[in-house]
Amino acid sequence: MLIPDFEQIFQDKIDNEIKIEPKDWMPDAYRKTNIRQISQHAHSEVVGMLPEGNWISRAPSLKRKAILIAKVQDEAGHGLYLYSSAETLGSSRDEMIADLLSGKAKYSSIFNYPSLTWADMGAIGWLVDGAAILNQVMLCRTSYGPYARAMVRICKEESFHQRQGFESLLVLSRGTAEQKAMCQDAINRWWWPSLMMFGPKDSESTNSDQSMKWKIKRKTNDELRQQFIDMIAVQVKVLGMTLPDDKLKWNEERKHYDFGEINWDEFWQVVKGNGPCNKQRLAARNKAHDEGAWVREAAIAYAEKRKTSPNPSKGGALEAA
Amino acid sequence: MDNFLVNYTLHLADSNLILAQRNAEWCGHGPILEQDIAITNISLDLLGTSRNFYQYAATLINQNIKSAESEAPPLEGFGEASEDALAYLRTEREFKNCLLVEQPNGDWAQTVLRQFFFSAYQFLLYEKLQHSTDEQLTAIAAKALKEVTYHQRWSSEWVIRLGDGTEESHQRMLKAIDELWPYTGELFMPANYELEAGFDVTLLKDDWMKKITAVFEEATLPIPEKTFMHSGGKIGVHTEHLGFILTDLQYVQRAYPNCEW
Repeated sequence: MLIPDFEQIFQDKIDNEIKIEPKDWMPDAYRKTNIRQISQHAHSEVVGMLPEGNWISRAPSLKRKAILIAKVQDEAGHGLYLYSSAETLGSSRDEMIADLLSGKAKYSSIFNYPSLTWADMGAIGWLVDGAAILNQVMLCRTSYGPYARAMVRICKEESFHQRQGFESLLVLSRGTAEQKAMCQDAINRWWWPSLMMFGPKDSESTNSDQSMKWKIKRKTNDELRQQFIDMIAVQVKVLGMTLPDDKLKWNEERKHYDFGEINWDEFWQVVKGNGPCNKQRLAARNKAHDEGAWVREAAIAYAEKRKTSPNPSKGGALEAA
Repeated sequence: MDNFLVNYTLHLADSNLILAQRNAEWCGHGPILEQDIAITNISLDLLGTSRNFYQYAATLINQNIKSAESEAPPLEGFGEASEDALAYLRTEREFKNCLLVEQPNGDWAQTVLRQFFFSAYQFLLYEKLQHSTDEQLTAIAAKALKEVTYHQRWSSEWVIRLGDGTEESHQRMLKAIDELWPYTGELFMPANYELEAGFDVTLLKDDWMKKITAVFEEATLPIPEKTFMHSGGKIGVHTEHLGFILTDLQYVQRAYPNCEW
């Protein structure tokens, strides 16, 4: 009797652009890589609510406040879709969140930088969401079906956020001298960390080769980073601002912008937990989780009571409202 | 155009804005992601309603300024009134929100109870207001009523869930009632501008009590004994909390005056 070669069937699907679905056979390493990547992505959405949530109470106009609240709320929604995607691979949301809270799971290091002025809201939208989108557009075609489908929806909202961020900076760039200075300062502080969002150089990246073969990723870190730099170098001119890199220069031969060296020591320090806000971000997530424990328990207890009572109309407190 | 209508509209706007500001403090810090989204959504609804009221108040004020026979406008120091000028450039003593909405979030019990008390009140208020003779107020109330219907359902479900959940959640609800009940009386004590505008909030009280009683009964929570009720928010005499809320809210506009954002 012939034993089917599961691994070959799996790779054939990948090569033929057929999505891998939750019930399909897949190599353990593929499953683990996807769980790691999707849950990290979910954590990034949730932790990413903090630097922007920080400015909701101080947003300078009611319209900006409404836009910012809606944006941060979108991120919570993205976190939900992504946790659901990862759950299809057999990891529970509770486990994933426990890993975030203990510091075992990572999230995007960019959110370990502080949001110091109102202009940071624009810079995060334009640069951070801009960098995220390039990665996410690629992920719309990732090989794992549920992840790819979540990404399609998320990308639509993210590109809206990026435009809002740019528009908000555009207003500052046309404002008073103080507003212009605030705008330039925010760009200066967020530029290099945004470049780091694409991860280590290809020559240093440990996960890249296998992820490319499995089409979890379709572009390398360096390719995406270059694409981002080429895009932003043009857009910054519309703002009448500059990027803080004196080596940034169009290279006619490569048809790309050349750029200066990224401070990889800083990158690794932030990954290791020594960024300006690593401790505060994790502390905030832990505090919300711990202080919410009695609420979650009460909701479960109430739902249990209703199950055994004749009127089970209410409950579902922990589900989407 | 009379000042009482301006003041009444500002009162409605301020209560919505301050509760929106309070609820938004939960954003990113809720007990579970789905409920983080829910409370933030309510914040966004209230903010939207406050903007509608502020925009209307601004229109009324600007008409006042232009109308020669009108007495001095109720708000000094504005060139042209706008939603942002009204929200960002008035002081503690000029805000007319009810005291209830400026009370701290406390724990989740206190937040959902505050929401329930206020949504039950807003539900009855907007039901009346949507049939008023003022076209603008009518339209704003009719739109807000749809949202408030959901806020009332969501918050009443939480009051029941926590009241009849665990021993701890029950205790926390009792504490929240103790904290917030003394701020509910003001909702039904009319300020002069409410009476002059023809909206008698005292008429809402019985129906409000019926709603609260029904929900509390299901939640196994007691209705407090008659107690002293605080008031003053509607005429600009607030608790100490409001100054800090406005400090946050207005910081950028105060630090960088006369800018576009």
